[in-house]
Amino acid sequence: MKIYPRPEPGDQPTLFHPAYQSTIRRAPALAPVRIPHTLSELTGPVFGDHALGETDNDLTRHHSGDPLGERIVVAGRVLDEDGRPIPHTLVEVWQANAAGRYRHSRDNHPAPLDPNFTGAGRALTDENGNYRFPTIKPGAYPWRNHHNAWRPAHIHFSLFGPCFLTRLVTQMYFPDDPLIPHDPILQSIPNESARRRLVSHFDLSLTEPEWALGYRFDIVLRGRDATPFEDQR
Amino acid sequence: MNPQRFVALPSQTVGPFFHFGITTDPDLGDLATPSAQGEHIELRVRLLDGDGAPIPDGIVELWQADSTGKYAHPNDTRDREPDPAFRGFGRLATGDDGACTFSTVRPGRVPGEHGAWQSSHINVCVFARGLLGHLCTRIYFDDDPTLAEDPVLSLVPAGRRATLLAHRDEGYGCWSIDLHLQGESETVFFDL
Ligand SMILES: [Fe+2]
Repeated sequence: MKIYPRPEPGDQPTLFHPAYQSTIRRAPALAPVRIPHTLSELTGPVFGDHALGETDNDLTRHHSGDPLGERIVVAGRVLDEDGRPIPHTLVEVWQANAAGRYRHSRDNHPAPLDPNFTGAGRALTDENGNYRFPTIKPGAYPWRNHHNAWRPAHIHFSLFGPCFLTRLVTQMYFPDDPLIPHDPILQSIPNESARRRLVSHFDLSLTEPEWALGYRFDIVLRGRDATPFEDQR
Repeated sequence: MNPQRFVALPSQTVGPFFHFGITTDPDLGDLATPSAQGEHIELRVRLLDGDGAPIPDGIVELWQADSTGKYAHPNDTRDREPDPAFRGFGRLATGDDGACTFSTVRPGRVPGEHGAWQSSHINVCVFARGLLGHLCTRIYFDDDPTLAEDPVLSLVPAGRRATLLAHRDEGYGCWSIDLHLQGESETVFFDL
């Protein structure tokens, strides 16, 4: 039986974080009410591979031509808090193109769209929890949070995991990005060790010679095995 | 020091530009096909910010049991099959009015802790620009005679329970609930 301990203080973002202006009128002011984990929380949506197309995980192959930019492979494993793989779970990603522009009607950053890049992908992890997304390194982009605000390059990730308690929407960053210390979204996470977990690692073993660089991003979701003591509670 | 090496990753906001990524499928507004058992309903969920302004760039996700109270998930080990005409999961982006409308069935009751039964409810995740982590809440139904016995509602301060109740809205002709992320009538969100 799995248990789902609540996160340690500082390992998750502070929801009310005025440096990120949109939190000021959207973050709840009252403390959340703690409730037990019932069948409602210990179940969740299950996705089969019938819904996935063969190239859904390859963001470089969604159009007739090759997208512009630096081709990369982003890959890793989805794990629980014991380090055990989570197989057959849905991973969805979306991102800006190499110029820092999203294919989205409300993105009016004056950078070019790429007719050969949409920037959305999805995959199911294999039996060992592995996922893999060939894509293009996204560009940094400006936003209007404060004067001269720029988001570090990032890829948005959405995962379900085994139950309602393992739902995760997050962002993956790239190593040595000079914008990271200036980003109020990443800096909303108090613990430096926790912020570091969202930064991928360059991994030579994931690169493909003459083709693409590789970045490793392992994703840990909530949940671990109960010790016999905890099981009795 | 905590010797544990594997710690769940932090959340980050879904941002404003998720639509082409994760809310492209309008079918995820229909949890029930016409042949699903139970009382078919439309449920309008609206997101409002601390000023009472609609949130036009949010996502509402639903997770619920079928009309008999069975979850389509291996952890629901009770010996019966979930309704094959019912999905249990829904996901829609909000529109300019901050709202999205699902078609589903009223869920059956499911067990809670210590053999107590929970009232009919839908589990909800809310995502939006400005939410650094998603919010979890539940939707109950205001005509449900069992609400006073619900073990989870009983953990909510009495004065705030009404924020979790959907009601029949004559104007829209369907069930409706406003989720206030902040403000005087802030919705109860759960620490799961
Ligand atoms: Fe983004």
